Amino acid sequence: MANNSKTILKLTVNGEAREDLVPPNILLIDYLREVVTITGTKSGCDGGECGACTILINGNPTLSCISLAVSQSGKNIETIESLATNGRLSILQQMFHEKLGTQCGFCTPGMIMASEALLRKNDNPTDDEITKALEGNLCRCTGYVKILESVKAVIGDNARVRV
Amino acid sequence: MEFLPDFDVKRPLTIVEAVAMAAMKNTCFLAGGTDLMPNLRRGVGNPKTLVDLSAIAEMTEINETDSGLCIGGGVTLQQLIANPQIQRDFNVVMEAAETIAGTTHRYTATVGGNLCLDTRCQYYNQSEWWRSANDYCLKHKGNICHVAPKGNICRAAFSGDLAPAMLIHEAQVELISTEGRRVVNLDDMYQEDGANSLTLKQGELLASVTLSKLDGYQTAYKKMRVRGGVDFPLAGVAMAVRGSEDNLEDMRIALTGTNSRPIRLEGTDALKGKPLDEAGLKALGKLVFAQVMPMRSTFTPAAYRRKVAINMVRRLALNLLCQAYSKR
Repeated sequence: MANNSKTILKLTVNGEAREDLVPPNILLIDYLREVVTITGTKSGCDGGECGACTILINGNPTLSCISLAVSQSGKNIETIESLATNGRLSILQQMFHEKLGTQCGFCTPGMIMASEALLRKNDNPTDDEITKALEGNLCRCTGYVKILESVKAVIGDNARVRV
Repeated sequence: MEFLPDFDVKRPLTIVEAVAMAAMKNTCFLAGGTDLMPNLRRGVGNPKTLVDLSAIAEMTEINETDSGLCIGGGVTLQQLIANPQIQRDFNVVMEAAETIAGTTHRYTATVGGNLCLDTRCQYYNQSEWWRSANDYCLKHKGNICHVAPKGNICRAAFSGDLAPAMLIHEAQVELISTEGRRVVNLDDMYQEDGANSLTLKQGELLASVTLSKLDGYQTAYKKMRVRGGVDFPLAGVAMAVRGSEDNLEDMRIALTGTNSRPIRLEGTDALKGKPLDEAGLKALGKLVFAQVMPMRSTFTPAAYRRKVAINMVRRLALNLLCQAYSKR
């Protein structure tokens, strides 16, 4: 299919430096799922409207279904797989589990990565700030209240009680 | 959605390299890609080469000028919102930027990309099979504009939010191509043709946009959309006013989402020096009614969008005059 030559893409995915031969027209989500073979990142609407494919690029939340892989040269990519350490869920993941922020689970990787980006910049966000940060993420189970409760359970005194 | 078409991607490091790469036919610039990539996946446009602008450092600067601010075309919307000078002196631009798409998009989407946004239509922003079943349309591959079948012009709507806000601030854009550099009024970068709404030449790059400060004005941006986040405007209004309800000293209004280009509302000079009372608001509504031209380009009916535009203009004018009054 591809007439255009592949190029070597150098970047970091979840802390691991990688070099992969990729065609110019491969999307970042397809690169992650099919080349790196980490499938936690989900493709929902497939057109930048639902946020299920949200990952972090240099710490910023980004939609991987409308980003080209070759544009990410030299960047630091983090996906949902990066959050758990030694088999233990991060506190944000744990709260999504305990507070039932996860229903069918399809939007969850995107919800958690968008929330993670917010919490790294602002460790005590207001309800409005959480809602604003997640405005681009759709949950087709409509479990929004539980999702907001999950994020809120991580912040401020709630988090200290947990840890 | 379909796979991406077969194209090559180039990543220049300077503007000079970028415009040299884009001089060939079938080449198009890729900025944040938040609008372009979904369009390419839907099969509208089939470029042979994409010139990715994301590695050009000189396009990501925001610099103060004598009378305002010069913003690089590659500045992301998030950078724009977080800029202290934008927050202090260009409230309408900040408010407009905050409404664009969703938080996640704004980390990628750029100022240049939003100003050069492709026009939108319910018959155009569809999948290939949807459009082929409908015999395509005037904007792409077809012969008829399904919105206005008797006409010979595409009626897709310009849907960028930054353009009206920047028109309020007398924006000028710096355009660079292999033929050289030119500076034009932002207003002149657009034309009322949905299939060809930008007056840019092939390979011409929007390198930066310069805004002039407005002293003594209250400014704001309001937008109506179906979904509270991640949605294009059904109608958007940018406004700057000076004076009070008893004496309107000056008023600038620009609209988006209603025509194939962003428009500056003409005729507001007639309202100056008078109170903005019931008669004044009625006259203002008439100006909007006469100049906006929402068509059947969205699922939301055109007549509703026209009413919304009129009411948003009136409401915003009163709100801003009240703000001006309370700041005295």
